[in-house]
Amino acid sequence: MATIPLEIDNTQDDPRHRAPLVTGDHDLGTLTETVSRVAEAPRAPLAWYVAFTISAGLTIMLGGLIGYLIMTGVGVWGVNNPVAWGFAIINFVFWVGIGHAGTLISAILFLFRQHWRTGINRFAEAMTIFAVICAGMFPGIHVGRAWLAYWMFPLPNQMAMWPQFRSPLLWDVFAVGTYFTVSLLFWYVGLIPDLATFRDRAKTRVKQIVYGIFALGWNGSMRHWHRYERAYLILAALATPLVLSVHSVVSFDFAVAQLPGWHTTIFPPYFVAGAIFSGFGMVVTLAVPARELFGLKHIITMRHLDNMNKIILATGSIVGYAYSIEFFIAWYGAIPEERFAFISRAFGPYAWAYWIMFSCNAFVPQLFWFRKIRTSIPAMFIISLLVNVGMWFERYVIVVTSLSSDFLPSSWGPYVPTWVDAAMLVGSFGLFFTFFLLFCRYLPMVAMAEVKAVMPHTLKRSAHGDGHAGGAA
Amino acid sequence: MSQTVAAPSAPARTRSDSETRLAGMLVSFEEPGPLMGAAARMKEAGYTRWDVHTPYPIHGLDTAMGVRPTILPWIVFVAGLTGALSGIFLQYWTNATDARNFTFLPTNLQGYDYLISGKPFYSFPANIPVIFELTVLFSALAAVFGMLALNGLPTFHRSLFRSRAFQRVTDDHFFVSVDASDPIFDESTTGGLLAELGGSDVMRVEEPVVQPGMPRWLMAAGVIFACVTLIPLVVIAKARVSKSTEPRIHIWQDMDNQPRYKGQMQNAAFADERAMRPTVVGTVARGDLDALGTDRHRLEGLVDDQWATVFPESLRVTSAFMERGRRQFGIFCAPCHGLDGRGNGAVPARNPDGGREGWAGWVQPTSLHDQSVRDRAVGHLFNSITNGIRTMPPYRDQIEPDDRWAIVAYIRALQKASQADWNEVPAAARQELERRSGKRGND
Repeated sequence: MATIPLEIDNTQDDPRHRAPLVTGDHDLGTLTETVSRVAEAPRAPLAWYVAFTISAGLTIMLGGLIGYLIMTGVGVWGVNNPVAWGFAIINFVFWVGIGHAGTLISAILFLFRQHWRTGINRFAEAMTIFAVICAGMFPGIHVGRAWLAYWMFPLPNQMAMWPQFRSPLLWDVFAVGTYFTVSLLFWYVGLIPDLATFRDRAKTRVKQIVYGIFALGWNGSMRHWHRYERAYLILAALATPLVLSVHSVVSFDFAVAQLPGWHTTIFPPYFVAGAIFSGFGMVVTLAVPARELFGLKHIITMRHLDNMNKIILATGSIVGYAYSIEFFIAWYGAIPEERFAFISRAFGPYAWAYWIMFSCNAFVPQLFWFRKIRTSIPAMFIISLLVNVGMWFERYVIVVTSLSSDFLPSSWGPYVPTWVDAAMLVGSFGLFFTFFLLFCRYLPMVAMAEVKAVMPHTLKRSAHGDGHAGGAA
Repeated sequence: MSQTVAAPSAPARTRSDSETRLAGMLVSFEEPGPLMGAAARMKEAGYTRWDVHTPYPIHGLDTAMGVRPTILPWIVFVAGLTGALSGIFLQYWTNATDARNFTFLPTNLQGYDYLISGKPFYSFPANIPVIFELTVLFSALAAVFGMLALNGLPTFHRSLFRSRAFQRVTDDHFFVSVDASDPIFDESTTGGLLAELGGSDVMRVEEPVVQPGMPRWLMAAGVIFACVTLIPLVVIAKARVSKSTEPRIHIWQDMDNQPRYKGQMQNAAFADERAMRPTVVGTVARGDLDALGTDRHRLEGLVDDQWATVFPESLRVTSAFMERGRRQFGIFCAPCHGLDGRGNGAVPARNPDGGREGWAGWVQPTSLHDQSVRDRAVGHLFNSITNGIRTMPPYRDQIEPDDRWAIVAYIRALQKASQADWNEVPAAARQELERRSGKRGND
């Protein structure tokens, strides 16, 4: 068996050798052991308990604030007339965007046969699901009378009142609902073989039963794998256009309105690029501490991080281009309101937010042109945090600047968030990390079955003719 | 065939729990290398109920085993098509069909074609996102649940799971298994074949003849749980058929109940503590004029309970009074009856066909030049304005009584004008009319 030292630099592309996707001297058994150990350890690392306590506390705070909001009314937020969207919609778009990287990794990179995706796809998909849960919460409580949120769905009722299907807000309901369902299915289908691994390794009866129920009786049958792989491919092919559609539809919420600064055709591609950008920022933010904490450095290697940083660089540049072309079109379009909207974005009362957005999203990722920075753990961690700060401010700039000053100066008004707004944003991070930490502790963080198929010695063996009945001794 | 399988008819209770039978055979491999050849040999040998088990999918192995391509893509295609058609139908039905054409359906299944900003009821481009999302949703559900159904999952009980060695199939070992129910299964020949496949260990898979049933406590818990879940349904069903004097539970207030004084309530703010206030001295409540016996001629158009045929004495029909009538007529009457009173005002002009067929809400405004209107006493016309007639609403709250009389006077003038003789036209007006129309002058 070829020995691959841990210290190998697999970020170099040498055409004579395929760079290994898993470093260290791993075979199938040690890989299973490394991944399963995280969930099987009787005690999690201390950092996990600290993080979980904080996150769970913030989640409880979020629950309390939602109760306060519903009992009191949306007046506890800073929303007003004209800025009726505020933090809730900013957070919604932010969290939906975060989710996109997970689907991109699991679906689009799968279709492109990017084998390095296998190391990170599981927790990126988990991130997608938890981010979409955070996202879906905000419109639900933003509707004012949250107990009537079910009116968003086409349910038969005695009033014969149906949703208005010509509205982008309703398309959102279908797009986000479908996105969540498909992401969950995709994630779960991928989990089935790994849950079976946990079931077969379980030391206690309870674990065996619980993992056993969710593993559905998986036994690695090749006849099952055959249909499983076909289903996985179909899901990837479905999720690819879906992920592009979801943020396009989210962008329609803005682009279909006639407000200056919103009514532009560049929004769908620009939103999708921004979503992938922010999502990869979040994946790096999560992957860097997770691989340290749970000893997954051989599986989530420097090459994985390097590749993700390259995607951040590419999508960040697309986003920077979109910011610039928006300005150009505002000038070229010669519509006074449009010109005003963009000048006031960059130099008006919200200029501070605009320049945070512009520098974090367009300038900072340019540092990734340097290989030293792409492969530096502290640098990429800080940049990934800045990317998410920048992307949150992008949504802030879009929502607040356009709403606060539209066509009619007499209806202009400033937006000032309240402490409830800020605490709910923080609380949504608490909810996200609570889910994520539970996932790290109790579910396979790495898609073991998929990684096994792309391990160096597996690939090598399948390259040397299969089918020779060589004795395994 | 295994001998132990041949005698299943004996009563299960008498069998010892430790008695087992052969359920199948297994051979394990530590490396995937020999699997291709093994699969080909098993297929050649004619086995049908056998399988290869691997920790990860090995491409090409399914072909070597003779697994036919799955029909899953077709299932997904049909589901996707269903999703697309559902999206089209849902949006067309709910947003673009007229409920009046489907009155035979229950209300909650009827569509509702409400107009949004004058856009078409059915607009395909605006419906594409939802059609797309439903196509993807249906397809994805079909892909996952179709795959599970074709694979026969979930199946929690398998005889293979009784083998401890087999647990490593989800870790790092590979297996070929043959089920004892295979028609050509024979313990010695099958075992011999498995031993030749290049694996390391040939194992028998035993299972108890008496399968342990579900534990009693679990079954009891299940029954209790099922009963408990029915309680809310029973409560709802009872509430639907029984009557109660209590107001219904009102969780979300929605400002339905507000602090305010209603009839017969006490209000400490007043000396007499009556929330309902008596009329202020010197005022007349609506509808009380009749009871007070005031000027019925002027206020109701009645003289001795008959329609008045002359104007009230307090009013003098002067040119200023007629001018007042003309202006009020133009404001309140002309929109429907038209400036000339022929019933062709701006409102009916927008409904040239008299509104929709079968809709009882529309009546063409009466022409004031009809003989029936000409024959009416002035008091009767006054009453029509005051209290309305047919679909015409009452105008007593909008037009002062004297102005109503002025309108009546103006209507009389219009009626006179439409049937006037040329000789009755004043000389000055006659000249003006001749100037405007040469033809008329030749009459």
